[in-house]
Order: sequence, then structure tokens, then C-alpha cells
Amino acid sequence: MSIRAEHEIHQRRKGRNVGVGLMLAGFVVLVLALTFVKITGGDFELPRIEESQ
Amino acid sequence: MTDISYQTQTHEAEASLGDYFALLKPRVMSLVVFTALVGLLAAPVSVHPVVAFASILFVAIGAGASGALNMWWDADIDGVMKRTAKRPIPAGKVTPDEAKVLGFALSGMSVMMLGLSANLLAAGLLAFTIFFYAVIYSMWLKRSTPQNIVIGGAAGAFPPVIGWVIATGSMSVEAWLMFALIFMWTPPHFWALALFMKSDYDDAGVPMLTVTHGRKATRVHILAYTVLLVILALATAFTAIGGPVYLTVSIVLNALFLKGAFDIWRRTEADAEYDGYRVEKAFFKLSLLYLFLHFGAILVEATLPAAWGMWA
Repeated sequence: MSIRAEHEIHQRRKGRNVGVGLMLAGFVVLVLALTFVKITGGDFELPRIEESQ
Repeated sequence: MTDISYQTQTHEAEASLGDYFALLKPRVMSLVVFTALVGLLAAPVSVHPVVAFASILFVAIGAGASGALNMWWDADIDGVMKRTAKRPIPAGKVTPDEAKVLGFALSGMSVMMLGLSANLLAAGLLAFTIFFYAVIYSMWLKRSTPQNIVIGGAAGAFPPVIGWVIATGSMSVEAWLMFALIFMWTPPHFWALALFMKSDYDDAGVPMLTVTHGRKATRVHILAYTVLLVILALATAFTAIGGPVYLTVSIVLNALFLKGAFDIWRRTEADAEYDGYRVEKAFFKLSLLYLFLHFGAILVEATLPAAWGMWA
């Protein structure tokens, strides 16, 4: 059995850590979505070689 | 001091996530998001929703970063002024160093990510905006000249230009018209606030116009800038970002705004003291609605082009 008292500060720290974690996860998802859009949208396509050449 | 008392004080002062968020000036951020979004949607080039969302988010983070740097630099005067005394640093929840690190880190991250999500010109403009607000306005102009908010207002006027550049990759007259609207709107908005936040700027030693040139001169300046703003706002109706909806909204708002400025100009300090700065407070509230509805009208004109094809 734990004898450690739960202080308000622990809840505040937990809230802060969860918040930072969620923001980082959101950032990862956003970068992933951006990468997908950029690649499929043709932003990084190589210039096409003219058929006549 | 015993270890126990030290521990208790440290714990009580420990910041929550909300305190760090407050460093980013969420209300200013919301205005930045809105005006940047209008700039982006008013542009004649469509942007992928994910790119648009990410880019506007990074602009908002950049604006928040400049807010954190402003709070770091102004912590001394924020503690003196009633309006700002409860901000996280003067309230003892966040240390100035934490605000500085957060401000610099988010500045770098937002500029870099905007460069990747949109284009380098938009990223450069965001970097310049952060520099302008944190260095030119906060560190230099704010404490040295009564023209502080006139010139410093440019920082708040850049977001629609950044939004436009995110979409088009270049600047144009329409983007600068939106810039000019916010630029001309800022002085009357802040001077009205300075009139009814009576002793705040005096106490902090910030050379607002009310402190350096007196309250009567401030009232004259509010009217003068409002007249210039009214001309600009109405003229915008006949440009590419204007139209009948904008013109209708603008006529009503400018009539009200001009009347408010005229009432402020006519009043003496005794009148204002007597009714608790009722007219000045009403003008300040109207100024928020004024900007919001003008940009809302630009957004309507941009998103419903088919209906107003005859106008162009």
C-alpha cells in the first residue's frame, strides 16, 4: 500500500505533462499529414523531361 | 528558512499548463488567427486545407512567442499596472527566464515550420513580425516615444499579409490594404483604452500619449486617426477585396465609430470622470467589433464571389 500523499502539486504536474504529451503527439500527426499532402500534391515532383528530347 | 517552507513555496509557485498558455496572449492570438485566415482565404489562390490549417497554426504560435517575449521584457512594468498585474510573471507563476526560453523556442519553431508548410516569404514575414513586436515595439518604442502604438501597431497588422503570402507566395495591394486597416485602427483602439485605464501608464512610466501630451490631445488624436481610418475603410469597399456586403457593413460601422470618436473629442475630463468613462469604454468595445466585422465582411466577399460577380 502506498503511503505517499497525493498533493495538489502532483495533479498540476500530471496535467502539465499530459498536456505537453498531447501537444507533441498532435505535432507529430500534423507533420505527418503535411508530409503526406506535400508529397501527394506534387510539391516535390521532379521536373518532367520533355518527350521531344 | 527551513527545507519544508522552501518546498511549500516552490510548489505553490509552480506553473500549470494554463499559465504557460497565458504567456502567449491567447486573446491577441485569436485576433491574429482570424485576420491571417481572412488574408489566406481572400487570396485568389486556393490552399490545401491541411496546409492552410498548419500554416495558420504556426502563425498563431509565432504571435504567441512574441507575446511571451513581450511579457519577459515587460515583467517590471506589468507588475505595476492593474491591467497586467495578474499576468503569469508578475503573479509569480512563471519565471522571466522560462518566458524568455519559451518565446525564443516557439519563435524559431514557428518560423521554421511555416517555411516548410507554406513558403520562405511567409516565414520571413513571420520572423520580421516577431522581431518587430518583441524588439522594435517592446524593447525600443514602448518606453521611448508616445508614437509607440502608432508604429508598433504594424506588428499586429502583418498577419493578414502573412495569410495572403501563405496562399500566393507573393505580396499585393489587397494584402497591404488589410495591413493598413489594422494599422490605422490600432491607435484609436489603444488610446481609448489609455483614457479609461487612467493611472496605469502613468504609474509604469510608459510614455503613452495621455502621459506625454495630455488627455485632451489624446482625444484630438483619436478623432484625427478615426477620420483617416474611416476614409481608408470605406475606400477599401471599391477594391478587389471589397464589395456590396463589405460596403454596407463598413458604412454602418464607420458611422458609429466616427460618432464615438466625435463624442470622445467633445468630452472634457470632468464629463468622463462623472460617468466613469462610459463613452470611452463603449468606443473601445466598438473598436473590437469594428475590426472583427470588417474582416468578416472581407471574408464573406471572398467566399461568395459568384453572388457578387456583377460588382467586379
